[in-house]
Parts: sequence; structure tokens; C-alpha cells
Amino acid sequence: MAIGNGRNGNGNGRVRVSAALDKVDEKVRGSQAWNSIFRPGSIYRRGYTDSPRNRSYVIMNNVLYHLHPVKVKRHAVKVSYTLCLGGLSFFLFILLTVTGIFLMFFYRPTTATSWNDIRTLETAVTFGSLVRNMHRWAAHLMVLTVFLHMCRVFYHGAYKAPREFNWVIGVILLTLTLLLSFTGYLLPWDQLALWAVTVGTNMMGYTPVFGSSVRYVLLGSQQIGDQTLLRWYVLHVLLLPFVIVIFMAVHFWRVRKDGGLSGPL
Amino acid sequence: MPEVPEHLLRRSRERRKALGLPVEGEEGEAPADEPAAADAGAADAGAAAAPPAAGGDDGGEGGGEDVETQGGAKIPAHLLERSKRRRAAAAGEAAPAAAGGGTATAVAAPPAPTATGPGGHTQRLLTVVKSGSIQQTRAEAQDKVHVWPHLLVIEFASILIVMAALTIFSALVKAPLLGLADTNKTPNPSKAPWYFLGLQELLTMFHPMVAGVTIPGVGLLLLAVAPFVDKNPSHRPTDRKFAIAIFTIFIMLWAVLVIIGSFFRGEGFNFVFPWNNGTFFEL
Repeated sequence: MAIGNGRNGNGNGRVRVSAALDKVDEKVRGSQAWNSIFRPGSIYRRGYTDSPRNRSYVIMNNVLYHLHPVKVKRHAVKVSYTLCLGGLSFFLFILLTVTGIFLMFFYRPTTATSWNDIRTLETAVTFGSLVRNMHRWAAHLMVLTVFLHMCRVFYHGAYKAPREFNWVIGVILLTLTLLLSFTGYLLPWDQLALWAVTVGTNMMGYTPVFGSSVRYVLLGSQQIGDQTLLRWYVLHVLLLPFVIVIFMAVHFWRVRKDGGLSGPL
Repeated sequence: MPEVPEHLLRRSRERRKALGLPVEGEEGEAPADEPAAADAGAADAGAAAAPPAAGGDDGGEGGGEDVETQGGAKIPAHLLERSKRRRAAAAGEAAPAAAGGGTATAVAAPPAPTATGPGGHTQRLLTVVKSGSIQQTRAEAQDKVHVWPHLLVIEFASILIVMAALTIFSALVKAPLLGLADTNKTPNPSKAPWYFLGLQELLTMFHPMVAGVTIPGVGLLLLAVAPFVDKNPSHRPTDRKFAIAIFTIFIMLWAVLVIIGSFFRGEGFNFVFPWNNGTFFEL
């Protein structure tokens, strides 16, 4: 080292740079602002070391503490056990919310404008096409992951006591996911949307006794039109997400209350 | 055995003498025992010597009222009474027994009850615990790992993978946008979204009320009550053959219906082979 330093002088420079960086680090991460943002145990705090105590603090002083306990059973972190399906469903929901909010900036739910808005979005808005594609494919994927999550839970017998109620919540979540996807289906107001929804709502019209009322409530008129578009838009961007978030909160909470993931088989 | 400095022992002796307590080495009884006892109790003697006032004060009181211990906790009077009575009854044997009793001997050896702790105790009652107030909880040992980093890293990685795959897929494959909706122009065939195509497929076999409402309704209901119907407590697949078989048949049936509805239904919703007529399917 000493010889290298003597030859090119870089060693000394390096020392000075690293010392300067250290000073900057101390200024920034030692500041009150930094320490007010990152709670004790945060990996971004100065002097974080990998110790069991800090590993606990990372979760305890993190908003993720609402979702995760400090420790979980060892088998519960096996990817081959859960395939991450529940977590990915939640992630896709968040992704759909983000991309959906983006789409809302460019979309008006009337029969006269909606299709054109989508066309404009695809051709004239930066990343419009990409975001719309992501929204649509993520929606299909979410239906799939929720469904597969249910299958996984069934095959592990994870719906058994004490998790019966959470399974029921899960079935409700599956239904809500399908409804969210279905209500979104109409919004582009193209031939695919219109007729897929026509087929679907015609089926619902066969509900015994209140068939025609159900259909009328869903369509907002005798046939699919402006009223339907507005209703399904509100259902899709407001009512159903609101409801599903509540059920998701209960679902996640119960996962922990019922003792985390079900035991190894 | 640590050596107790001579000056401390001397000071202890002086204090004890001043307080009128028996001093080791000046005891008439059991002179043969003395070196051993002194040896065994050397540390304790030193400890007792350091705060000599404590033992002296307690010894001085020893009355019927509650005794304040050093920690501030009170020893109930009746307990002190009882202990006194017991000591008095056993006084004959107590002295020799205490003398042979090891560590505290140097201090506690003398027979007189006033010679030691409160009310002649050689030990203190710190607290009284009611029977039943102690619960034995047996935590089952569980093999657990920290969520950070073990679980969060997996979650983060899986999210990244899905995000990357979805972004790439979305960049390559466009979401369908057909022509403007026209209520007068019915496409042939008209299909529901793929997850409802099983239902649409059922429409070809049953009355719409059965296919569109009854079957999905009953299906969802059965799914919801599954945990209340399936009373088998076991999680092991080998114990659950029936439940697994039923569920698998249910799922497979559904998957087949969806696949037929998606790929094997052409114009007029008639059965076609996708390799002959192409697919009539939009996501």
C-alpha cells in the first residue's frame, strides 16, 4: 500500500475523499431531519448493524409492522409453500390503483367521449399506451393470482380452524376482484366492452324474482348507455376499490390474528 | 474463598461489640468449629460488616409490628410472630443446626433470637405469593425467522420480477381496443370476459337462470362454507383425499368450461376447433 501511494499519490487522495464523504454522511444522516424520518433501527440510519435486535427494530419501526410481525415461522418464508400469490395479488392491486389513477386523468365516462379518450390516450399521451396495457394485463393477472391463491390455500387446508372466517373473507375478495375486473371491462366503450357486458348483464337479468330490477339497477336504464357507463365507472374507480380495501384490511389482519400462515403440512 | 482484609474484620468486630452483638471468635460454644465456620462465612461476614447498621437495626426492632426491610417492603406482623414462635419451639435444635448451616453461620450461629435479622430471622421474607397466582405457561418452541431480511427480501424480489415481466409484456402486447361500441352491430360471437366464459358455456346447456345465477351463486356459497362443511382437522394431503378430489374436480370442470368457451366457440357460439377456424377470443 505504502509503495502504491508513493508511486501515484492516489492512495492519499482516496483517503481524503472517503474522509470527506464520511463527513457528509455524518452531516446528512446525523441530522435531526434524517433521524426524524427514519425511526430507530431503520437500515437507513447511521450505524445500522445487522443484529437480531436491529432486525426486529426494522419491522417494529416500520409501517410494514401493520402487515408483518417481527418474526414468522420458518416454513412460511418458503417460496415453494406460498408462491407469493397473496402478496402478489395485493401488489397487483396497488399497481392497478396507480395505473388506474393515471388513466383517470384522460378519461371521461360518457358514450360520446370515452372511446375517443382511450384512443387519444394511446396515441397522444406519453406512456399512455404502456400504462393502459399494464392496467389491463395486471387486471387479468390479478384475477389469476387471486384464484390461484385460493387454490393454494385450499390444497394446504389453510381454511380450517381457526381460519374459517378469513377464508370466507377471501371468497368475498375473489368475488370483488371479479366484479372490479368486469366493471372495468365496459369502460373503453368499444365493441368488445359493450357486448361482453351485454352478455354478462343479460345473465344477471335472470336472477329469480328481481331479475329485471337487478338488471335495471346495474344498467341505470333499459339498455346499456350513458347511465351504465357512469355507474360502472363509479363502481370501478370508487365503490368497489373502497369495499375491497376494507375487506383486504380485515383479511390481512386476520392472517396475523389467526397465527400467520398455516403450519407445515 | 476471597480473603477478607484484616482491618475490615477488625472494624466489624468493633461495631458488633459496640452494638452488643456476639462477636465471632469470642463465642464460648463450639470453639472447635470456629475456624471452619469463620472460613465458610468469611465473605458473608465481610458483607455483613460493610453495612453493619442494617443487621443491627433490624435486630433492635423485632417487635410485633411490621418490619420495614431494606427494600421498603413490609413483612406482615403475623408472619413475624409465627416465625418467632416456631423459633422459640425449636430453639433447642436450632442453634446447632444453624451452626452447621454453612454461609450465614458466622453471623447467625448464636442461639439468641435477637442476635440476627428481624425477629431472629436468619433469612428474610421478601414477598408472599398466593398459591394460584403463579401460572405456568408453556410456550411451544417454534422455528421462526426474522421478517427482515428473510421475508421482505423474497417479497421484494417477487414484486420486482412481476413488475418487470408485466412492464415488458405491456410494452410488447397491446391491450385490445376494437371499434367504437355500436348497439346495432352485434359481433358474432359475443363473448363475456374470460373468467365468465365458463358461465356462458353453461348457458348452452341450461336455462339462463340456472347457468347465470343458480350455479355461480351456489358455487360461491359452497366455496364460502367449505371450512364449516369440511370438519376434518388434518392438513395433510393424505388425510384429505376426498376434499382435495372434490375441489380438484370442481376446478378442472371450471377450467375446461372456460377453455372451451374461450377457444372452442366460434360464430354463433358453435363448437369449433381453433386450429381449423382460428380463435374468437379477446382478452
